[in-house]
Amino acid sequence: MTAHSLSVHRLSAGYGDRTILQGLDLDILPGRITAIVGANACGKSTLLRSMARLLAPQQGQVLLDGKAVHRMPPRQVARIMGLLPQSPLAPEGIAVADLVGRGRHPHHGILSRWSQADDQAVADAMEATRTLDLAHCAVDELSGGQRQRVWIAMALAQQTDLLLLDEPTTFLDISHQIEVLDLLTDLNQRRGTTVVMVLHDLNLAARYADHLVAMAGGALHAQGAPDEVLTEDTVRAVFGLSSRIVPDPTSGRPMMLPIGRHRMA
Amino acid sequence: MTASLIARGRRRRARRRHAVIGGACALLLAGFALTLMLGQSFVAPQTVLRVLAGQDVPGASFTVGQLRLPRAVVAILAGLSFGLGGAAFQIMLRNPLASPDIIGISRGASVAAVLAIVVLDLDGPMVSVMAVIAGLAVAIAIHGLASRGGVAGTRLILVGIGVSAMLDSVIAWTLSRAPSWDLAEAMRWLTGSVNGAHLSQALPLLASLAVFGGLLVSRSRDLETLRLGDDTAAALGTDVAATRVAVIVAAVGLIAVATAITGPIAFVAFLSGPIAARILGPNGSVLIPAALVGAALVLVGDYAGQFLLPARFPVGVVTGALGAPYLIYLIVRMNRTGGSL
Repeated sequence: MTAHSLSVHRLSAGYGDRTILQGLDLDILPGRITAIVGANACGKSTLLRSMARLLAPQQGQVLLDGKAVHRMPPRQVARIMGLLPQSPLAPEGIAVADLVGRGRHPHHGILSRWSQADDQAVADAMEATRTLDLAHCAVDELSGGQRQRVWIAMALAQQTDLLLLDEPTTFLDISHQIEVLDLLTDLNQRRGTTVVMVLHDLNLAARYADHLVAMAGGALHAQGAPDEVLTEDTVRAVFGLSSRIVPDPTSGRPMMLPIGRHRMA
Repeated sequence: MTASLIARGRRRRARRRHAVIGGACALLLAGFALTLMLGQSFVAPQTVLRVLAGQDVPGASFTVGQLRLPRAVVAILAGLSFGLGGAAFQIMLRNPLASPDIIGISRGASVAAVLAIVVLDLDGPMVSVMAVIAGLAVAIAIHGLASRGGVAGTRLILVGIGVSAMLDSVIAWTLSRAPSWDLAEAMRWLTGSVNGAHLSQALPLLASLAVFGGLLVSRSRDLETLRLGDDTAAALGTDVAATRVAVIVAAVGLIAVATAITGPIAFVAFLSGPIAARILGPNGSVLIPAALVGAALVLVGDYAGQFLLPARFPVGVVTGALGAPYLIYLIVRMNRTGGSL
């Protein structure tokens, strides 16, 4: 699989007159898993939305293979880079296989017909997410965990080398959070898909990411391997929280234990 | 083998879709034939065919050729336009209340048509052109009034309802000032009617269906992706802003041209999409089925208004009586679910 490069160059972005990101620079490592973490309203979703072309930059650029992503034809971008937004909507009663098939949209023009390759892409995506046995169920009847796997299947059917996800584990219970993150890791290891995701949970981010990006106040605070980035100083600077960092006994990655005012030994 | 499982489900959905569209076409054709034969007097099918073939049949040529045929043709074409335009807005804004006849766009076209006919003494294509321009102007105005850092669907609908009420009073005022207005004419501009339809009126409707309907259908795949949310649509490679503009222009064009000819036939644009969605189920785009449902509503509603009710009513009264309860139902449901539909 050819590695596409995605980078952010002196990016300022925001909504209306409000600027959230200020001159931000970031290179996404091809073929790796990058997790973006930070407090609420630090600009992590704004960064992801800018990279995914959903938000036009006020200044600076997002470069996909060296070209400004906001000036590329939308379909062309969508064949290289997929995105799972925070709260996608499922049309009433739509069947799982039908929804996953919507991921083929960028591969079709006005007149092109559905082909065997499309069916195969949908089947592969559903196999990878273990949703094949749900193929004919209605999406609105599924549990939260199943539904999230179906949405990931839709993004996989798009067959992109880059996959961006905005808080893919929010609203899922812990077993489903692990399931989703394992699935993304499988995808990264088997197909070499570059994964970039915004995550709420620092410890899960440190465990699953190759590269951790910590943001504060619309700027990058730190980036690098999890054991370099996840330090007591970073947690204090980014979240305003005292903590202890200990090695996670199951993965060896750093694990953050918050320190509050009560119940401390 | 897994791909064939996917293919099977896809083909089943396609079959259902074709069955629904085919069935609706057949019913519409049957309705068309029946309205040509039935009425105050019965005209035999052979006679209807002879009239359609252009032969002169004493009596039947007038009833069928001059009265029933133009009426049925205009009803079907206007219904197709209302159904398509209404469903396009509902899909794009993901809300059945966001129909052009609820949010003031039909009223805008009505106002322009009334002013053009009553005050400026225009007729023909000029009326349609003015109606389209006014419809677009209202669409832009509602959009401007409702957008405050992004357009929220509910705000747009509420602003639209207000604008619609204002435009209603402009129509009433214009009609009251008109030198020679009669009740039938007033009813046309208040509820819509195909009384006194003429075959020449079919031309602008056909042209609008070809141009605007074609534009809409060519965008229907992109429009379908908008149902997944604007962000998901963009992620799938849909140019969301361009699709919006194309859909608004096309839908306003369809609604405005039809409104300029028949008046705003109440609630057809509003009802067609949801009825079609109920019949079709989750089997693809609702655009074409909605157009067929719209045509059936106007054709059958007009027939019912003429012959099935104790007095003669214009078609808009019949469709209005059907639409109002559904509107109430939607609003009650919106209250219960806290704003989302």
